[in-house]
Amino acid sequence: MRRYSIWSLLRNARSYHEGWPEMWRSPEPKPEYDVVIIGAGGHGLATAYYLAKEHGVTNVAVVEKGWLGGGNVARNTTIVRSNYLSPESAFLYDKAMELWPGLSRELNYNVMFSPRGLINVGHSREDMIELRRRVRALQLNGIESSMLTTAEIAKKAPILDCSPTASNPVLGGSWQAKAGIARHDAVAWGYARAADARGVDMLQNCEVTGIRREGGRVTGVETARGTIRARKVAIVTAGHSGVVAAMAGFRLPLTAYTMQAFVSEPMKPILDTVVMSSKLVSVSQSDKGELVIGMSTEPYASYSQRGSLPEVERAAQTMTELYPCTRRLRMLRKWGGTVDVPVDASPIMGKTPVENLFINVGWGTGGFKSIPGSGFVFAHTIATGEPHPLVAPFGLDRFASGRLISEHGATGALVHGE
Amino acid sequence: MKRSEARLDTGGRVNRDRVLNFTWNGKPYKGLEGDTLASALLANGISLIGRSFKYHRPRGIFSAGAEEPNAIVQLEAGAYTQPNVKATQIELYEGLEARSVNCWPTVEYDFGAVANLCAKILPAGFYYKTFMWPSRFWLTYEYFIRRAAGLGRAPKEADPDIYDKAHAHCDVLVVGGGPAGLAAALAAARTGARVILADEQSEFGGDLLGRRDVMDDAPAVEWVRKVVEELASFSEVRLLPRSTVFGYYDHNYLAIAERRTDHLHPKDGLGKPRQRLWKVRAKQVVLATGSIERPLVFADNDRPGVMLAESARTYLNRYGVKAGRRAVIFTNNDNAYAAAIDLADAGVEIGAIVDLRPDVQGPLPQKARARGLEILAGEAIVATHGGRRAQSVEVMLLSPEGDHVHGTARKIDCDLVCVSGGWSPTVHLFSQSGGKLTYDAGRACFVPAKSKQAERSAGACHGTFGVADCLDEGFAAGLAAAGTAGFATAGISLTAPAVEQPGEAGLRALPIVPGKTAVGHGKAKHFVDLANDVTAADVRLAAREGYRSVEHTKRYTTLGMGPDQGKTSNVPGLAILADALGKEIPDVGTTTFRPPYTPVSYGLLAGRDVGEMSDLTRTTPIHEWHAMTGGVFDDAGQWRRPWYYPRAGEDMTAAVRRECRAVRESVGIMDASTLGKIELVGPDAVKVLNQVYANAWDNLAVGRCRYGLMLGEDGMVFGDGVTARLGEHRYLMTTTTGGAARVFGWIDDWLQCEWTNWKVFITSVTEQWATVSIAGPRARDLVRELAVGTDVSADAFPHMAIREGKVAGFPGRIARISFTGELGFELSVPASYGMALWTACVTAGAKYGLTPFGTEAVHVLRAEKGFIVNGHEFDGTVTPQDLGMAWAVNASKPDFLGRRSLERSDMKRADRKQLVGLQVQDATAVLPEGSQVVERVLKAPPMPMIGHVTSSYWSETLKRGIALALVAGGHARMGQTVHIPLEDKVLDAVVVSPVFYDPEGKRLHG
Amino acid sequence: MLLINCPWCGPRDEIEFNCGGEAHIARPADPAALSDAEWAEYLFMRKNLKGLHYERWHHSYGCRQWFNAARDTVTHEIHATYKMGETPPVVAGADGIVKGSSS
Repeated sequence: MRRYSIWSLLRNARSYHEGWPEMWRSPEPKPEYDVVIIGAGGHGLATAYYLAKEHGVTNVAVVEKGWLGGGNVARNTTIVRSNYLSPESAFLYDKAMELWPGLSRELNYNVMFSPRGLINVGHSREDMIELRRRVRALQLNGIESSMLTTAEIAKKAPILDCSPTASNPVLGGSWQAKAGIARHDAVAWGYARAADARGVDMLQNCEVTGIRREGGRVTGVETARGTIRARKVAIVTAGHSGVVAAMAGFRLPLTAYTMQAFVSEPMKPILDTVVMSSKLVSVSQSDKGELVIGMSTEPYASYSQRGSLPEVERAAQTMTELYPCTRRLRMLRKWGGTVDVPVDASPIMGKTPVENLFINVGWGTGGFKSIPGSGFVFAHTIATGEPHPLVAPFGLDRFASGRLISEHGATGALVHGE
Repeated sequence: MKRSEARLDTGGRVNRDRVLNFTWNGKPYKGLEGDTLASALLANGISLIGRSFKYHRPRGIFSAGAEEPNAIVQLEAGAYTQPNVKATQIELYEGLEARSVNCWPTVEYDFGAVANLCAKILPAGFYYKTFMWPSRFWLTYEYFIRRAAGLGRAPKEADPDIYDKAHAHCDVLVVGGGPAGLAAALAAARTGARVILADEQSEFGGDLLGRRDVMDDAPAVEWVRKVVEELASFSEVRLLPRSTVFGYYDHNYLAIAERRTDHLHPKDGLGKPRQRLWKVRAKQVVLATGSIERPLVFADNDRPGVMLAESARTYLNRYGVKAGRRAVIFTNNDNAYAAAIDLADAGVEIGAIVDLRPDVQGPLPQKARARGLEILAGEAIVATHGGRRAQSVEVMLLSPEGDHVHGTARKIDCDLVCVSGGWSPTVHLFSQSGGKLTYDAGRACFVPAKSKQAERSAGACHGTFGVADCLDEGFAAGLAAAGTAGFATAGISLTAPAVEQPGEAGLRALPIVPGKTAVGHGKAKHFVDLANDVTAADVRLAAREGYRSVEHTKRYTTLGMGPDQGKTSNVPGLAILADALGKEIPDVGTTTFRPPYTPVSYGLLAGRDVGEMSDLTRTTPIHEWHAMTGGVFDDAGQWRRPWYYPRAGEDMTAAVRRECRAVRESVGIMDASTLGKIELVGPDAVKVLNQVYANAWDNLAVGRCRYGLMLGEDGMVFGDGVTARLGEHRYLMTTTTGGAARVFGWIDDWLQCEWTNWKVFITSVTEQWATVSIAGPRARDLVRELAVGTDVSADAFPHMAIREGKVAGFPGRIARISFTGELGFELSVPASYGMALWTACVTAGAKYGLTPFGTEAVHVLRAEKGFIVNGHEFDGTVTPQDLGMAWAVNASKPDFLGRRSLERSDMKRADRKQLVGLQVQDATAVLPEGSQVVERVLKAPPMPMIGHVTSSYWSETLKRGIALALVAGGHARMGQTVHIPLEDKVLDAVVVSPVFYDPEGKRLHG
Repeated sequence: MLLINCPWCGPRDEIEFNCGGEAHIARPADPAALSDAEWAEYLFMRKNLKGLHYERWHHSYGCRQWFNAARDTVTHEIHATYKMGETPPVVAGADGIVKGSSS
């Protein structure tokens, strides 16, 4: 891999930038790999990278039905944080948080991780209790976080309506200074380039159509580019995890939903931090100057990657209440991603009913921030065949035992028919 | 060019009798009614409008419509200011103020232009390759990057304007009011269909407004006038000018942004809705959205004065403005010759018509030739010159393959370069609707191929560019749409006006027009995306580096991601990428278009549903009394409930303590009307109770009440409450205030979907009854007075009994229920008697010191008793056993909802979090709710946590702080000391029973 | 905004409804007889189909009736809606036809 730097930029400027190498090769599939990773999204690419780097497993293919980095890593709101309540989640997300600051140098690709801080706003006494519970838990777990007063919030996010007459009063909030945003596409590209440099094959436009098994053990995958044998296979397919799991003969406790986000036209800076709230999922301002707004999931199962108008109207209502100066601003672009949300809103990682078939799915609406940590611990899980200690609580077996990891006070599904 | 020179004396759609004053960059100018800001600026000879996004290059007006990538301005000031508005879309009004964006100190002398000097080291994605060292410096780099980025400035104040929403249904929605759209609307309207015609411009006519077509021997605008007049005469036709259809959603649902007052000065729009969001469900849709001219990608094609050819024609014909004095036309097609001829006729000198095609023989070029205009066929512009305005271009001969130029460069003076690279049908809405596009190589554009929804395209957006053909297609589409929507179309007479439609020869598509040096080598830049400063070299770089998917390229270079949404750069960018990859354009693909077609204000999307209008407020029949007596309210979902009733000089703490004392010592009164009430009637009602509650209900006698826990199928408690048996087959269930709808929905769901043959009706009666809760040692004395005719003595009316009877003279119910731990009665009467009952209680209770108490006191009192509350003690992760309420689970019932889940292995773990009381050793301390509990205090984190505080109050009764907590293995920890680390200190507490007060229940049963 | 044909009220906008997820999941007759894993299958595991999906809808802001819909989770086309208890319609050309149960 030829290294990127200001010097390489200057050097290449002399040759009119015509000498830059390809970011990654476009190889033909080999007949067999040690590990086949299904899904070249953020998690899959990071897994490949850490397999190669940390475990010396380089005979790896990442197979992708479309273009690499084209799933949810291309369709999120770029927020990075680790303020989760349960210790299991807190440690898992904080593993990622630990890797983010050094990621650009590690990959020699600027992912523009920008720890500009995260405010979680409390609008009610219930919100405040919840935030306090979370902050105390984080602090006792050794994860940076603190409470904020309304006045402190008003200073950090001056466009937020913190007045006593606000429609959604700001009673206070929590703060995580090391949280922030990153350039989402760059994370996928950086991992892909670094994994490629270590010998990993990126197989794009290579849709998996079947998972080959013999005697309860995985032996490879059927793809649009032929059969590929593999000693181990990993499903890292975000929104489509249910579809791929069905190929291996099992179901998952999750549902695919569309989640939308939208951005405003680019403006000079008006918001330095990321703001989240129980009323509106998230607002931040990108380096380009666009206000990036994250919305709730659509209320029904969908693989459409496009959202509906009512959700946008709802989000605009709350946004203009919270940020009255945004009423005259305009929505420039909006997009939808397919998120797979498990019943307890926590990811599913580890072994599956099929031997040597591993799974890392169900990140729901929280996938982007966890990419480095998820890749790191999942690579360990694949390489050793046993769940990494941080992965262990997130196994598929928790749904039978009942040991759910309820990040959102998940209450189980309301189910039945006839 | 001076103003007088630029504005024609006659012609166009502007009103020369109405002069409008406006301000640009602080200086006063004059325009005319009918102008856009762009046409007015051009009329005033202003060519430099702003600075570009990345390189801060001078930029002028490039187009005359929504596709404008350059002329982006800051409109108005103060609360009315709006960033990033396209000058081409601003209708001029008296007193308008606008200024340039992204430049400092002025648009003429911009410091940021230094970026242009460093351009060599700033190729696409340069930021991915640097700024990595040292890593903590990124925030510093980023500080400057953020300030350099962005365009306009957001307002600092709240928008004073209001926004409306409207719903509409129609048979045929026609999008676009050009020739095809007008024809379609007319055809559909004549069948009697309900038609909506929406167009983004201030007047209908589309491209006809900017051309000099003749229809039936009169100017085309005359035909437009007649059609609009006829359309307006139909009662079932709605005309929406200034209305952009910006979203095409599933099931033929479209969203329209109608601008109601944007063409007025803010002070004239005050109090009127600024914009209106139309949400239209259309049976049939006709898309007649026209097309957008494509630029050519050539060296330094971004100078002020470089403009789309058709736009120059529009400025001339519609606004009576000459966009320049001396023009060079640069084209690859016949269409631009019409612009050349119009300009020449208006007195604009034509330096030359430079045509990439070596052989130019179509009717329009012939006409231009006959007109004496010089045509340089097979030649190309290889350079442009000029700073704040184009001054000249250089032209050279193009090789037959189009890959290089040769010969001597010829310089041609000009201040206007009219560019045409062909036309791209405006397929945005078609694509949003899910329709499939196909690539038309002959015209180098994407055209609709297969519809997905009830929709058809007509005219230029369908790839039909000739005006006569557009009319025919429009009539046919309108008629077909109305027919499919169920209207008779036979005998509808439609006659297209006679109009000349010159034939056109094919175009010559070149991804990049070669310049004097190889692309990316010299100083010249071949811009593809003017809004985001993306060049042809950038796209090639992306392809070279392996970003081969069009999505990769867009994201890497930011192509098409600017405020113009890539309207002029999409196809040219694709062409360059395809060329670089050696593929055909359709093999590289196109990106899917998503709403909005043009940017939409958030105020419009929000409408009036903000603030108080964002949700309902529910109040009880007694609300006025609470408000009159100074009650402070607390919201529980939509309900407003009295939180506490401060007396003069009291703060909340004092008021709550007083209210608690009153209930414990004499008697208090509370409005319990918000509690959910559900009646279950029928022989199977008891089966329902047995299923939805964990305990058994078979032996509940008529006139008695029972408490129960409700579990989800996952075994977790989600509700609790008391249900009374009113009659043989009649039960009244009470729920929490916030849980009423959910509980009703839960039971209804099972009844409708699973227990379909059970004989039971359930009815929500929450709002039919007003309920007053009387609690305290003197409660019986008061109730005895009010409930004349009912024996409320302890023996005759035990705890958890319910009777019907007169209450303060009204028919009602009396129940002996307590949530405070004191002797308690609930008096219920039909809602309309609620206030009368309350005032009767208050009057009669005065002698007992009856004290109204609010929800805060209730919380304190119930916590003293260890009573659980949703959201505090149970949150969807807690079983009855965890709560120490195994007594509320009937193990011998064969089944109930959630039962099986309680048998799962994890439910039996001894270290599950269990409900306990915490007695803080410092009796004066009140733990913050949400505090975490640890077993051992360590010097530094991580410190394993064993639980958290779910409720915590100052107990006025016990004169100490009390807390409830969920603690791992808590039931086995009684008497243990645990620790609660706070911000500044650690508090020690002893684990105790959650029942702090009257554990034997003597008072309750008294 | 989907247009959903309530079998009781006729076509209405999506915002009047709530989606109840996968349809035709019968509650086991004897939950106690199931293993933890089998119970979890009923409780949590879902087909999560891409394409034709039989699912429950509730006309919450209308007649408040539950009914079923055969909806495509990619195109959002609603092939049919039918009352509780009715046999799921067979949708031509679509995968994942539901076998079985109707009461």
